[in-house]
Amino acid sequence: MSAVSHQEYDYDIVKVCVVLAIVLGLAGTFFGTFIASQLAWPVLNFDSPYLSFGRFRPMHTNTVIFAFGGFMLYATAFYIVQRTCHVRIWSSKMAWAAIILWLVGLVCALITYPLGITQGKEYHEAEWWIDIILAVSWVLYTIVFVMTIKNRRTSHIYVALWFFLGMMFMVAYIFVFNGLALPVDMTFSYSAYAGVHDAMVQWWWGHNAVGFFLTAGFIGVMYYFVPKHVGRPIFSYRLSVIHFWSLMYLYVWLGAHHLQYTAIPGWTQSLGAGMSIALIFPSWGGMINGMMTMSGSWHKLRTDPIMRFMIVALAFYGMSTFEGPLMAIKSVNALSHYTDWTVGHVHSGALGWNAMIAIAALYHMIIHLWRPMHSTQLMNVHFWIHTAGTILYVTAMWASGVLQGLMWRAFDDYGNLVYTFADSVAAMHPFYAMRAIGGALVTVGFGIMLYNLVKTMQAAKAEEGQQTAATSA
Amino acid sequence: MSDKGFKLSIPHDSVERNLGILTVFIALLVAIGGIVEVVPGYYLEDSEPAVEGVRPYTPLELEGYAIYRKEGCYLCHSQMIRPFRDEKERYGHFSLAAESKYDHNYVWGSKRTGPELARLGGKYSDAWHVQHMRAPRSVVPESVMPNYAWLEDNVLDTGITKGRMEALRTLGTPYSQDDIDNWESDLKAQASVDDETDAQTALRARYERNKWVNKSGDVEQWTDSFKPTPLNIRAFDGDASDVTEMDALVAYLQMLGTHVHFEEGVDYYHDKFGQLYRK
Repeated sequence: MSAVSHQEYDYDIVKVCVVLAIVLGLAGTFFGTFIASQLAWPVLNFDSPYLSFGRFRPMHTNTVIFAFGGFMLYATAFYIVQRTCHVRIWSSKMAWAAIILWLVGLVCALITYPLGITQGKEYHEAEWWIDIILAVSWVLYTIVFVMTIKNRRTSHIYVALWFFLGMMFMVAYIFVFNGLALPVDMTFSYSAYAGVHDAMVQWWWGHNAVGFFLTAGFIGVMYYFVPKHVGRPIFSYRLSVIHFWSLMYLYVWLGAHHLQYTAIPGWTQSLGAGMSIALIFPSWGGMINGMMTMSGSWHKLRTDPIMRFMIVALAFYGMSTFEGPLMAIKSVNALSHYTDWTVGHVHSGALGWNAMIAIAALYHMIIHLWRPMHSTQLMNVHFWIHTAGTILYVTAMWASGVLQGLMWRAFDDYGNLVYTFADSVAAMHPFYAMRAIGGALVTVGFGIMLYNLVKTMQAAKAEEGQQTAATSA
Repeated sequence: MSDKGFKLSIPHDSVERNLGILTVFIALLVAIGGIVEVVPGYYLEDSEPAVEGVRPYTPLELEGYAIYRKEGCYLCHSQMIRPFRDEKERYGHFSLAAESKYDHNYVWGSKRTGPELARLGGKYSDAWHVQHMRAPRSVVPESVMPNYAWLEDNVLDTGITKGRMEALRTLGTPYSQDDIDNWESDLKAQASVDDETDAQTALRARYERNKWVNKSGDVEQWTDSFKPTPLNIRAFDGDASDVTEMDALVAYLQMLGTHVHFEEGVDYYHDKFGQLYRK
């Protein structure tokens, strides 16, 4: 079956999401750098309730995960599903509705957080009525995606789409069940669960937001853009089948490893740790499949910044999916829990894996939707500055996390604690400063990317103008 | 392709061609783990062994909790002490599941940028807390906590206090109708200098009781010899003229972890379970 001509696809919707993702990526990393700087230099809280760390931190997490990551996932899903199913999107109107609601929901969230309106659930801070807006958007997104697949002109459903489907179903489950709450008014609601139960539901959500939103979805992105970009088929079809189903099954159990040695039942903790270790295999299945797909095209690394982003993304994915299970082991978790090590781990995944594969996919789409990038040199600068920022950030947090953990548990020969808690806070200062610099580099990288995008769009517009002038002349 | 010549032993081809089968498989498969890990917690008795002394929050403490959540305190402070020697030395007895059973939502936290707070109650004076909120570095030079000076300036907004109690009652917290009806008197009485006024005596009677009944009729009755922890009743921010956000937050912090009366030499993880802890 031949592919339909490109004019038949709806790319406008993809273009809007690409631009939003990059703009919000810049905003989200800026917020992150701001709150990181507050921890290094508390004067930056400016004694203002609206800018204080506690209210501002969800601004960062929500913007990078749901605004940057979210619009990247909306863009890629609509791009990939049309191109691999050889059919126009099922309903452009519904897709637009999904995007507008997602944007409205996020804007409401970002207005309410500084005002102190929050559900108080990590990564799910938006109050109940904003939750409803976002959930409706997600359902519309899923419907458009599924119906487009239903209309496909190909016989098989491509592997990238399986991962997107997994993400859409699971994120719908966890978002709805974790969000169940009894509203008191527009500004406040109580979670339907309390204590241990709330903790379990929260981390079932928390870890699967990572496992499905930030992993399954992004693996779907990897499965389309890596083979497409390097011009080679997926290394192993069989591996993709096995690692897809095992990832879908295993990830779900991992939330409990965020609650090691807490008051949740022991069996749940052990189950969480065991499943985490088992998950190394499906995770690495994805990494190996991605990396081996590039094998044979290594020479392109010399000239192609997008491929550099891809290979480093996969390396970070492999690294952090090894580190995660390690930290899920109870005796390791005893040291790492509550420390900056967790923050370092999350950012090796978020900045190393998620951001880099997203940036690669976004550049790839810009080139195919508008024209070649304004400046390849700037893409290269972006790559190096992002990589340097990530490494600076992650190493700072590893060092500070391990140091914290060791200081907290140090006893002297007489059986007394060696350090006060305040000693450990003081010891973190250089690492917090270093982390803020790493974050600033990543933010500058996003700034460069946005500049490059704007220039490319301007050039595309100018070329379009020339073309119409030429044809009408 | 590199796996040319291999044949997949499962009939995956039909799954990939059939959207219905693919979506149903995915939808079912991803549901399993969560169900197995979360649902039994509501049925297995040892997931939250009962313990005497844990009571619902007073209206003032409830507002304090709301400020704790509003300001995002849980992002830098944990409320879950783990069973380790250093944590016992530094923070006290490890946290029991039942100690957070009235926390909708739980505030265990996931990060200790600042110290653990599960047993903060009574550790410092009210004056220390007020000064620490105003300017943390004036009492702990190493601190990186923001200044929360506005807490003592803001008069506590009690517009939804009653609504909060009603919502919690609906969710199963054992507030009586009497507790809810008297929310305003209780809130003001707790933030005043303790003169054993009638309102303060009534407040004590309500929150130092040994029998708690929730909306669906479940009774929690503590032994007669058990004396619930006395309420903290005072002008927490040092100014009795009005009830501020600082009053509420300090009342909440001074109560944390004080409900259970831990006995020396008792293994609360193994020994007591199945005896006193069973309802």
